[in-house]
Amino acid sequence: MSQQAISVDNLNLYYGQNHALKNISMDIDKNSVTALIGPSGCGKSTFLRTLNRMNDMIPGVKIEGQINIHNQNIYSDQVHVEMLRKNVGMVFQAPNPFPKSIYDNVAYGPRIHGLRDKKKLDELIEKSLRGAAIWDEVKDRLKDKATGLSGGQQQRLCIARALAVEPEVLLMDEPTSALDPISTAKIEELIQELKTSYTIVIVTHNMQQAARISDKTAFFLSGDLIEYNKTEQLFSTPKHKQTEDYITGRFG
Amino acid sequence: MSAEKTLSKEHTNQQTSSSLRNHSHSSSQVQRRRGWNYLFHALFLLATLVGIIVLAFLLFDIVKRGWSWLTPDFFENFASRLPSRSGFKAAIWGSLWMIGVTAPLTFILGVSTAIYLEEYSKKNWLSRFIQLNISNLAGVPSIVYGILGLTLFVRILGLGSSVLAGSLTMTLLVLPIVIVASRESIASVPSILKQASYAMGASRWQTIRHVVLPYALPGVLTGTILALSRAIGETAPLIMVGAVTFVAFTPENLFSPFTVMPIQIYQWIGLPRIEFQQLAAAGIIVLLIVLLTMNAIAILLRNKFQR
Ligand SMILES: Nc1ncnc2c1ncn2[C@@H]1O[C@H](COP(=O)(O)OP(=O)(O)OP(=O)(O)O)[C@@H](O)[C@H]1O
Ligand SMILES: [Mg+2]
Repeated sequence: MSQQAISVDNLNLYYGQNHALKNISMDIDKNSVTALIGPSGCGKSTFLRTLNRMNDMIPGVKIEGQINIHNQNIYSDQVHVEMLRKNVGMVFQAPNPFPKSIYDNVAYGPRIHGLRDKKKLDELIEKSLRGAAIWDEVKDRLKDKATGLSGGQQQRLCIARALAVEPEVLLMDEPTSALDPISTAKIEELIQELKTSYTIVIVTHNMQQAARISDKTAFFLSGDLIEYNKTEQLFSTPKHKQTEDYITGRFG
Repeated sequence: MSAEKTLSKEHTNQQTSSSLRNHSHSSSQVQRRRGWNYLFHALFLLATLVGIIVLAFLLFDIVKRGWSWLTPDFFENFASRLPSRSGFKAAIWGSLWMIGVTAPLTFILGVSTAIYLEEYSKKNWLSRFIQLNISNLAGVPSIVYGILGLTLFVRILGLGSSVLAGSLTMTLLVLPIVIVASRESIASVPSILKQASYAMGASRWQTIRHVVLPYALPGVLTGTILALSRAIGETAPLIMVGAVTFVAFTPENLFSPFTVMPIQIYQWIGLPRIEFQQLAAAGIIVLLIVLLTMNAIAILLRNKFQR
């Protein structure tokens, strides 16, 4: 049995009157890929953002329940949200590099957290760019603007940027939905490599992608966690009618 | 069969002629529309030309009158009763002193306010109320700021008619403009960039410092420069505050009496001798060059950093 990285207990989230997450409880394994699937608006992104407390900034949000990451209740008063987010990195749906150089993009996180040593910074940046499988493409143009890269390269740069703060958990919200098939394949391959050192939670609308890359899959429907199981089992023998309908494309 | 043929031929003929008639009808319509089009084209061109011609005439007249007075002496001499000994030095230095105080003050206060309103304050009725009032303040006539400056800085705070009192009054006058411009610029920073920063564990201040401000800076600077170019050209509030018109010295410190370029120009124009009118024209040339330079810098900044 693999170790738990994240354990969610009776999580409820409200956007004002809108009950967006209903009594979610689930454990997420360490060094594994967990896919979140479900129709649009079912709460996948919302759930993902509860794991690094990015919902805190939205006015009118109320959160109940408990989330432990590495045995630490992340909503307790002792937790600094900055430290939590250093440990739980995030990659967004659309590539969003800063309008700075490639180097400065990756250096952003480490610098924020106080790394000034040029040599260490250089090493860390190379390691992160290699980790995101983009080093060879950019090593000769680190001083160029990141916004000049292709969409797929930008997204891998954003992954490198997230890796540079050395998180333990990586959250990805539809990281390939804006990319072409070749870039998508590269990132899927990358995710397979990354899971040896990171715990990855990924939202995807693509069933094949979930089946290809994830160890476990969670199916959400209008704020409820309907089914959560090993990926092969969820896709081959779904226990719930709604899951079956969704994965066979009968709705959503 | 032949009858049928003729019939169908006739039919075609009819059709052709009717479609032609239609055609000629619509072509006259097109012509009429074109006529209107030319008319308005000419009208709008004329309207544009009125402005340009008047401006060109004005500039020509001023340059013609003032050009020969733009000598090194003009920049070296103070005000004098004799036109040949009169110069712009006190006014230039007064304007420099004023901008030297107003520029950093408005920049710091304006940008801080804009950051607070955009990034820190809760979006409730109070912040909306504040924002509405700041926008309204940008439209208050400058003389009103002069009265405020006279009451608050000159009298209550006892600063007298000094550089400091004038600069603070100017700061109040242009502050709303800087705040509005900075807010717009800060609000235009894409939220996905801020989220990227927060998601790496950056604090709010770090995000503002390293993502929001660099992105917003060109817009903020453009707004500040345009506001300052307004401050350089303002006369009325400084007359209220009591900037002196006849100054034979440059300001020594913040509490010195002073004059500024537009006031000196205003004073020369009021004098009867023709030479003073020409001195005023020379002063206007200097003022215009300063203003055009500032606007050019603002435009350059905007173009250079445009994304
Ligand atoms: N910032 C917000 N403020 C208010 N309500 C929100 C906000 N974000 C999401 N919601 C609501 O919460 C519910 C879940 O939204 P969420 O974005 O988590 O869905 P999702 O599963 O990620 O959908 P998609 O697949 O389209 O990305 C929706 O009803 C949505 O309208
Ligand atoms: Mg989503």
